[in-house]
Amino acid sequence: MASSEVARQLQNDNCRPLSLSGHVGFDSLPDQLVNKSVNQGFCFNILCIGETGIGKSTLIDTLFNTSFDDRVSTHFQPNVRLRAQTYELQESNVRLKLTIVNTVGFGDQINKEDSYQPIVDYIDAQFEAYLQEELKIKRSLYNYHDTRIHVCLYFISPTGHSLKTLDLLTMKNLDSKVNIIPVIAKADTISKTELQKFKIKLMSELVSNGVQIYQFPTDDETISKINATMNGHLPFAVVGSMEEMKIGNKMVKARQYPWGIVQVENENHCDFVKLREMLICTNMEDLREQTHARHYELYRRCKLEEMGFRDTGPENKPVRVPLLKGYTDSKKSISHSHASVESLQETYEAKRHEFFGELQRKEEEMRQMFVQRVKEKEAILKEAERELQAKFEHLKRLHQEERMKLEEKRKLLEDDMIAFNKRKAATELLQAQAFASTPSVSLKKDKDRKKDPGFRLELLCFDVRDHEIVNVQEQSEREKLERDRISHREFQK
Amino acid sequence: MEGQPVQPAPEETPRNTNPANVGLELFGYVGIEAVLDQMRIKTMKTGFEFNLMVVGQSGLGKSTMVNTLFKSKVSRKPTGPGYEEHIPKTVQLQSVTHIIEEKGVKMKLTVTDTPGFGDQINNENCWDPIIKYINEQYEKYLREEILISRKRKIPDTRVHSCVYFVPPTGHWLRPLDLEFMRRLSKIVNVVPVIAKADTLTLEERAEFKQRIQKDLKAHGISVYPQEDFDDNPDDRILNDKIRDKIPFAVVGADKEHQVNGKRVLGRKTKWGIIEVENPAHCEFPLLRDLLIRSHLQDLKDITHNVHYESYRVQRLNESNRLALSPVNGLLGKDEVESDL
Repeated sequence: MASSEVARQLQNDNCRPLSLSGHVGFDSLPDQLVNKSVNQGFCFNILCIGETGIGKSTLIDTLFNTSFDDRVSTHFQPNVRLRAQTYELQESNVRLKLTIVNTVGFGDQINKEDSYQPIVDYIDAQFEAYLQEELKIKRSLYNYHDTRIHVCLYFISPTGHSLKTLDLLTMKNLDSKVNIIPVIAKADTISKTELQKFKIKLMSELVSNGVQIYQFPTDDETISKINATMNGHLPFAVVGSMEEMKIGNKMVKARQYPWGIVQVENENHCDFVKLREMLICTNMEDLREQTHARHYELYRRCKLEEMGFRDTGPENKPVRVPLLKGYTDSKKSISHSHASVESLQETYEAKRHEFFGELQRKEEEMRQMFVQRVKEKEAILKEAERELQAKFEHLKRLHQEERMKLEEKRKLLEDDMIAFNKRKAATELLQAQAFASTPSVSLKKDKDRKKDPGFRLELLCFDVRDHEIVNVQEQSEREKLERDRISHREFQK
Repeated sequence: MEGQPVQPAPEETPRNTNPANVGLELFGYVGIEAVLDQMRIKTMKTGFEFNLMVVGQSGLGKSTMVNTLFKSKVSRKPTGPGYEEHIPKTVQLQSVTHIIEEKGVKMKLTVTDTPGFGDQINNENCWDPIIKYINEQYEKYLREEILISRKRKIPDTRVHSCVYFVPPTGHWLRPLDLEFMRRLSKIVNVVPVIAKADTLTLEERAEFKQRIQKDLKAHGISVYPQEDFDDNPDDRILNDKIRDKIPFAVVGADKEHQVNGKRVLGRKTKWGIIEVENPAHCEFPLLRDLLIRSHLQDLKDITHNVHYESYRVQRLNESNRLALSPVNGLLGKDEVESDL
């Protein structure tokens, strides 16, 4: 079997430039690329953050010169939600799939601590979806509808003083995830001098707080100059309007006030034209590239490192692949000597499984501990109950004993009383007998008789009343009563 | 909302409130088409890469062909008296890389030559080193792509197109040709050409082509442009025309001669001068147009979107089967993901 030997005559870094002696024709390459992209269409996703009623929808309408769905939202949202809508625009032969994400209810709550969190979560979710697609085994990246946010337009209220705390907090949390372009909304409420001061104040605040807003790229000569000047005009003060007025002999978009007309596309009035230039005409491609190359890569790196992957040197987690064994043995010269291609998706799943298992184990542990504690407590309580019961028994017994003692005592007392009564009765009898018959007395009675004096005192009571002394009144009443009784008896008969 | 970081959005904020993406009318000029210019500028700045491989027996004019294609001395073959071309005992692959520039467009061209192919007595498995090389390039790219902190622009050394030189026998494809093309058309874009076509008359050429096309179809070999990857009807019509003419009958020449007062590239023989760039003489312009002027980006795209992806799928499935040994018991996860 023939063995192979690759000999690169020139390393990549020192390629020799070659001169062409005729027209080859690959200068049409950019056109080929562009045609392919035109066939596929472009994706562009804008996120608008700003308080309710600050003019986000109007500005987007004005930017893209069309009328998107403009449902006005109330101020009474309980929390911040994001609403994404996708539209297909076509200009000449370019098809653009534009997605506009609006924050509904931003800055309306009383407690705004968590206002930025839904936004961060949404952006992360889009990155996650792309990462998932990229990690799939069978993937189709070339016709994947890219939903990652390419630019974030942050609408600053035209207070004229400084950034609000909410703005600073939100921007600080978003600057590493998305390209932020701050705009001053409703700029027709600020005068020119105030605007200058406001812009300077805003930029200095952003710089001093370390917020990284999107800087227009200045590395390509064709657009570097214009980008550099635009960078100096940040943040753009914009006015949005879809109503048209007749100025001179043209119809222009403007806002009409009693004191004048603010023309949207007049560079003296506001920076709308600059914003449109920068956002769409000059830097749309750069915004998309920055999102993919910088923000998405950062997210991907963080996510993968979080899951435990490492690029230790040129090796990934070691999974020897026997199929390319021949390659690994002979290819020490090429940097990745030990072939270790990890299937990220699989390991991701494995890790997730592992974490899940860990979680379950911990849950079990906690449950066991909980059960044990409960048991212990129960035991203690039971112990206490038993003790209490014992005490109660003891007390009852004591009480019982006491009562019995008392009963006994009472019985004794009663016995005593009975005995006493008996004796009394007996003595009385004896005395009566001793009085009635003298000779036939026993010796005992003799003794008793000797003790007794031997005579008895009798007391006879006679009722001596004089019959003649009669109470006349009493007599008559007595006779009346007698007569009544007799008549009553006769009546009854 | 915090509890569902993976889904695009919780149910209360649907991802797309318009069930069918609404196509809207623009009331005026917005400037969206400027994105094309932006893209053009960007690509011109980053430059292009193109990797070409030429395969064929020695003496079929591969190096000359490459030189003619790119109008420069890409492959240096010393041609002088007393020079003996040394036929290597085994198939070797030699790559040269050049940077060429035309009208502001920079291209890094890598040409891989395969001396020794089909030159031995026993040519069994002489395609293996080539297949190995192609897979090595895919592997390199895959490893770069899988890194956690990866480069902004991954260096692309994958072979975008493989030009196979068929000797002008005039009869049919030989077994070696069939075997090679069968295996390689699965992993790379193969463009077969009839080499040294000045030995065939026009009729012979037409018959030869017919037979080759029949052979290819009979063996199920799909060469570039593959029918399965035609995106839209326009492409299909264009590619059908090309497919009719596959394989191109080419003649290579790097010397200039005087014809009718003009200097043209050609081969001077006793019976006339074969003008390489004359479509009536040979089909070199067609090959050049296909490879460079019209389908270069398409070649790269198909390599990236189709061949590389299938290599990746295969590779990841393999490493899965290793990783998901009975230890983990997670077999079958790749079926879940391959839902396309």
